[in-house]
Parts: sequence; structure tokens; C-alpha cells
Amino acid sequence: MFAKTLRRTLCGLWGFLVLLGAGAANAGFMDTLNLRPGVTEISNKVYDLHMIVFWICVVVCVAVFAVLIYSIMTHRKSKGAKPADFHESTTVEIIWTTIPFLVLVGMAIPATTTLLALEDTRDSDMSIQVTGYQWKWKYDYLDEDISFFSALTTPREQIYEAEEKGENYLVEVDNPIVVPINKKIRFLITSNDVIHSWWVPDLGWKQDAVPGFINDAWTELKEPGTYRGKCAELCGKDHGFMPIVLVAKTQEDYDAWVEEQKGAAAAAADAATQVLDMDELMAKGEAVYNTQCAACHQANGQGIPGVFPGIAGSAIATGDVAKHIDIGVNGVPGTAMQAFGEQLSAVDLAAVITYQRNAFGNDTGDLVQPADISAAK
Amino acid sequence: MSTATTHDEHHDHGAPSGLMRWVTTTNHKDIGTLYLWFAFTMLLIGGAMAMVIRAELFQPGMQVVDPNFFNTMTTMHGLIMVFGAIMPGMVGLANWQIPLMIGAPDMALPRMNNWSFWILPFAGTMLLSTLFMEGGGPAFGWTFYAPLSTTFAPASTDFFIFAIHMLGFSSIMGAINIIATVLNMRAPGMTLMKMPLFVWTWFITAFLLIAVMPVLAGAVTMMLTDRNFGTSFFDAAGGGDPVLFQHVFWFFGHPEVYIMILPAFGVISEIIPTFARKKLFGYSSMVYATASIAFLSFIVYAHHMFTTGMPVAGELYFMYATIMIAVPTAVKVFNWTATMWKGSMTFETPMLWAVAFVFLFTIGGFTGLMMGIAPADMQYHDTYFIVAHFHYVLVTGALFAIIAAFYYWAPKWTGHMVDERLGKIHFWWSVISVNVLFFPQHFIGLAGMPRRIPDYSLQFADWNMISSIGGFAFGLAQVFFIYVIIKTIRGGKAATDQVWEGAHGLEWTVPSPAPYHTFETAPEVR
Repeated sequence: MFAKTLRRTLCGLWGFLVLLGAGAANAGFMDTLNLRPGVTEISNKVYDLHMIVFWICVVVCVAVFAVLIYSIMTHRKSKGAKPADFHESTTVEIIWTTIPFLVLVGMAIPATTTLLALEDTRDSDMSIQVTGYQWKWKYDYLDEDISFFSALTTPREQIYEAEEKGENYLVEVDNPIVVPINKKIRFLITSNDVIHSWWVPDLGWKQDAVPGFINDAWTELKEPGTYRGKCAELCGKDHGFMPIVLVAKTQEDYDAWVEEQKGAAAAAADAATQVLDMDELMAKGEAVYNTQCAACHQANGQGIPGVFPGIAGSAIATGDVAKHIDIGVNGVPGTAMQAFGEQLSAVDLAAVITYQRNAFGNDTGDLVQPADISAAK
Repeated sequence: MSTATTHDEHHDHGAPSGLMRWVTTTNHKDIGTLYLWFAFTMLLIGGAMAMVIRAELFQPGMQVVDPNFFNTMTTMHGLIMVFGAIMPGMVGLANWQIPLMIGAPDMALPRMNNWSFWILPFAGTMLLSTLFMEGGGPAFGWTFYAPLSTTFAPASTDFFIFAIHMLGFSSIMGAINIIATVLNMRAPGMTLMKMPLFVWTWFITAFLLIAVMPVLAGAVTMMLTDRNFGTSFFDAAGGGDPVLFQHVFWFFGHPEVYIMILPAFGVISEIIPTFARKKLFGYSSMVYATASIAFLSFIVYAHHMFTTGMPVAGELYFMYATIMIAVPTAVKVFNWTATMWKGSMTFETPMLWAVAFVFLFTIGGFTGLMMGIAPADMQYHDTYFIVAHFHYVLVTGALFAIIAAFYYWAPKWTGHMVDERLGKIHFWWSVISVNVLFFPQHFIGLAGMPRRIPDYSLQFADWNMISSIGGFAFGLAQVFFIYVIIKTIRGGKAATDQVWEGAHGLEWTVPSPAPYHTFETAPEVR
């Protein structure tokens, strides 16, 4: 009986080892076994702490399991073991209450120093406000006049298996957050709608984005590079589709990037005065619709009944133009419909509203120009 | 004296027959059976939802469901398993066993017992019906954080709120019943410190339930008024605070996890001494450890909220308090080990499940300790690492204990021994597949995969596929369990009164199957 059980156990264990062996042959298994040390001083501290606590747990665990396994193997009726009759000992109880307590104190000391360093956001060199939206991030550089949205760029075709998946599947965005190295950067993290959580594992922490409140956190990067993360707090339908890409640049490259951003802002302001024709608006509008609107209102404009209203045949998209522009620019408070006036350029908004009024069987023939949007803002 | 002829109709009557027996029953054994069947049904429904989740996560990309339905599945899976499977499963065991173990003829409040069960199917049905409503069911996670669950939630959320209210009524009534039974119905001579440990753990759990279910009711009531009556408890725009919701929720939610695990500790503390043929080591320290865990559970809850922007002093306090729980938990594991030490062990199916519980719960306990370390939790929080952690304590912990309890007490309930061969197949199949299912989730969690996402970046593909394969195998093992249960009810080797060679306690002094009425005359406990 015992031999049979042992054989079965060994068999199962062997299966698991084979599995691990297969894993070792495949880098995909081995690269995703543990926390990454990350790229900052804090992330390294957190990693070291994790490894200390991990090894303490492993040692205690192995010790307890060894005693259990020895007992299971030897103290068997089938081996003629007779039950002993001890069943209490105050001394033993005191010993094995005290030892875990001391081990815990040993863990708490490094944990405390790391936590205090992690939470110390004083004396920062620059501040960036991070705002969570369903389902994208907005970055405001408080010391420069820079502000932009950052959303997923992985095409729907890749997600729905129509195309081969790219290398950075689900961790690629249109506008990454760019920061300089060797500067203590303070992040002020908040949200526009529900709770999100801003997490780049290589920085060593995550921080919740809570609507109506501002949390702070900090980092100081040493090496230029691209670091990827994800929203870590369930925030609705597309929670899995709002990645974070952080690009760290040297001070010179960062300064050049800042100049470029300011130039781009001026160009967008110029563009807001142009007049476009129907074809231009529809083409641009379709592109904007697919990246900004389709997540809720769906690619076919039908929406999801009971959750997100459709665009096709809706009273708003076929009714008063001014009302439609107002909703596009100012959103609908208390719902998932955001105020896109601050997210999209006047050109993009004009295009997408024109598109909504002339697609999905809506045929109002209305043309909305960037100037109409600027007037409503 | 029960043979007095003039009173035949009042004595020795068995169970009434037909459907109304189950609707109107006030018998603790019938109600225990109802609870256990309800829990098992919910386990299969919640398990089916888990299969949907694992199927979608089998490989990157969206193949099976849409993201909104995926969120509905993770939400409903959690709610159904916590409120529908584990809690009612434990109450079912309490109903069957507590009166038998303390020598009482029934629960103290039998009519309330009937009511507390019969609320459940209606609450469960209401909860499940949200799946078919316009806008879909709740899709905001089983922790239903505001404002995702208030302003941004589908219309069906109001049904979810009422379902939670009803489940809360049921739990509170069940808890009152257990406390009343334990305090008033013990056989003469059974002092509190002579009670079996399963009774002790349930007695303490009942106090936790009474303390925290009203808090949960408060949380959902605030949600209800925020959604429908213009209040702003959780809306910063109206002067409220979304994080307040988390404080209220976790003040319920942390004791809740001990509500699910303490009775499991009790079950294991019954099974191990029986099959080690040796008294439980450190009985009184086990009682004190259970009480300490229960007390500590109230003052550590905010370790679920280290990333919400708590002041650093708060983080330090909750970190220290949380890791303290490791002490009484370690004492329990040491006591089980010492009970087995120099015993005379045999490994019938219940013992196998109990030993697996000790090993695997310990792993879950250690990952819990790791997450108590606040700065490290900044990385672990909301990843698959925590998913692995709480499935180790709730599946290989609480669920394994309920299954162990079935194999241990089923002969007493049905009068038939469980087929050892089938039981062992079920055990080995489950214990291997459950580790293939959950162990790799530690890896992908540490490597950076957030929880509650329907699709993931490519580096997580390999382990997710392994995990899904384990998941399907574990799901199938529980379908096999149906066969084991039905076969045991229908027949099998007749069980003796004592059932197991090393079993001690009042429940083993009555015939197998236990007659419809037991201990009409109180036994004497020395």
C-alpha cells in the first residue's frame, strides 16, 4: 500500500520535473519565474527585500515539510508504529511561539527602512501629473506646458487573431511618457473616472489613481531605456488594454523632446483654423472613431445594450448638431462618456463628429469644422 | 421509555417523505444536507465560470468571450465561490456535526435554521439572474470597488446588492443559531474546554460573522443609495471618498477570509488525530490560537490597501499587525505536525486530504506573509501572485477541508463507507492538477501579470497555458467527485458506528447512518 502510494508520488513528481525541464529549454518559462530587480535604487531594494523574505519562507517551509515527510514515512501503523501519548507541552508551545515572532522582527526591520525610502517624495526635481481615464493615461508635465494622452496602439486585428501578434503586443502606446534620467521625479497620480493603478514593474512600485484624490510616488532612473507596465486595478471593460510605456532619456535628449512637444502644440493650434471637406473629415473621423470611440460604442456603432448606447440611428447623432458637439466636447457627467474636448484636437473632434453623423446608416449630411469645435470649447 | 405505546405518533418517527420534507424541515441533518448540496451545486456553477476564465487565458488574444463578459465571469466566480460554495459548505458541516459532536438533539433554533437555509437559493438565483439582464451581470470584481460598482456599473447591480443583503441575513441567522446551540445545548459534563476543536472553531467563526456581515450590509446599502438616491458616500465630487468603500469593505473582507478558513482548521484538527491514533497536540493552544487569529483579523484589514495612498504610519502599523498573524497560524501548523509525530498513522482518503491541506495551506500562508511586507506588496499587489496566494488558502485550504470532511463524515451521514479506490483517484487527480493550476500563477504574478485581465502580453503565454491545462484537469476531477458522492449515497460497505479505528467523540457513538433524531436523551460526558 505504502509502496504504491510512494510510487505514485514519485511518478507525479517526475512529471513535474519533466515539465520544469521542458520549461528550462524554453526561455519563455524561465524568464517569467520571479520579480525583476528593476532599474532604480528603490526597485532593487524592494527586490532584495523580496528575496530575503522569500528565502526565509523557503527555509522554514522546507524544515516543516521535512519533519512532516519524515513523520509520514516512519510513524505509520503499517510499519508497526505505536502511538505515543504525549499531547501537550507548554515549553514547546512557548518556544514555537517565540521563534516565529523573532523571525518576523527580523523581517520587519529591513521592510521598515525600505518602506520609508519608498514613500519619501520630498525634494523632487520635477513633477508629472498622471491621470487615469477609461482606458488610457494622461500625462501633464507641471513644470513645462506639456500635456498629452497615452493609449494602446495594438490593432484590434492582432487582439482578435486576424493578424500575427507583434513583439510588444498589448504593451505599446501612441505617446509614451518621457522622463530624464538622474532626476528625482515626483508623480502626482489621480483619476478622472474610476480607480486605476499606475504600475511600471521596473520602478518597483504601483500607486492607485483615485478619482478626487491625489497620491504621490517617485522615481529616479539611472539608465536611458524603455520600460513597460500596465494598469493594475480593475477599471472596467478594457482594464487589460491600458498599458504604460515609460521612456527614460538623457537630459539633452529629454530637452530636445520637450522642444518638439511645444512645436507640435503650436502646429495643432494652427490646424484648428483650417476648413476641411467631407472626404477628409470622414477618413480622419473613421480613424479617430476606431481608436477613441469603438471601445464602448463598438466598431459597428451599435454600442452594447444597457451599458454603452449605440451611435447608429441615435437621437444625438442624427439630431441637433450643437447638442452632439456639446456631448463630444464636455462629455456626460456621471457616466463613462468623457469630455473629449481636453483629449482630442479640434480637427480630430470635428472629424469624428462628422463621421458619426454620416456613418452606420446615419446620413445627416452635416459637416462639422474645427472652428465649430473651438467655438464650443 | 421511547416505546410507550400511547405516544407512538410522537416517537421514533423517521423523516417525512416528499418534497415538503425538505421545504418544511427543521431537522439539523436535513438542513445540513440541503446546505451541502447547495454548496456543491454552486461549486460546480462557479467552477464552470472558472473554466471560461481559464479557456480565455489559455493563450494570448481574445478567442472565447468579450472583455466585459470576462470581467463578469471573474466577478461572479468569486462571489459564487465565497458566498455560495465555501460559506454554505462550512455551515452545512456545522449543521450536521455540531449537534452530533456536543450531544444535542438538534440546533437550538430549528425554525430559524430552516429559514436561514431557504433564503440562500433565492439569493443565489437572484445573483445568477443578473447574467441574463440587459447590460450583463456585475463586472467589477468580487470586491466591487466604488465608483466602478456605483456610477459606472450596469443596472443589474441593484439585484446584486439585494442578493448580498439576503446572503447576509442567512449568514447572521446561521451564526446566531450556532452560538445559541454551543452555549445552551452541550451535553452534561461537556465543558467549553472539552468541546471538539471543530465546534470551537465554528463557535469563534460565528462571532466573526455576526460582527462583520452587518458591515458588508452597510457597504452595499451605501452603494444602493449612491446609485439611486443621490448620496455621495463614495463619490469625491459630492464630498465622499472612493477609498472609504475599501475601508468598509475590507473591515468585512478580512475577517471574511478567516470565516472561510477557521472551520477548515477545525475539520483538519478532527481528522489528523483520528488517523494518527493520537490526541491532538496542544488542544488549549489551538483554541487560543484560533481566538487570536479571530481577534487579529479585525485589526489588519488595510493590508489590502497598501497602494491606495495610505499615510506611511498607517502602512507601517498594518504591516506589523499583519505579519503578527503568522505567529498563531504557525502554532497551528506546528501542533498538527506534533500530532502526527510518533503517531500510528494510516492514510485513508480523509487523511490524505487533511495532509495535503497542511502542506498546501502552509504554502498559501507563506505567500500571505510575503504580501504582508508592505514595500514588497507594492509589487505583488493586484497581480497573479495574490491570485495564487488566495487560491492556495481557499481551494487547497478551505475547499480541501470541506472535501476532507465529506470523506471523513460521509459514512456517518449515509451509512456507507466511501469506496477508497475512487476516493484516492479523486485525491491524487485533484492534488496534482490543482498545483499545476495554481503554482505557475506565482511565477507570472511575480513576473508582472496583473490580475483580472482577459488578455496579456506575450511573455506570460507559456505559464498561462500550463495553468489552464491544470485548471481543466482540476475541474474535471470535481465532476468525478459527483460520481463518488452519488455512489456512496446509493450503497457501499456498511459503516460501523465508530467508522474509523482511531475516531473518538460523541458523533461516533450513534449508529451509522445517524438516525433522524439523535441524543433525545443527553449523553453523559466525563
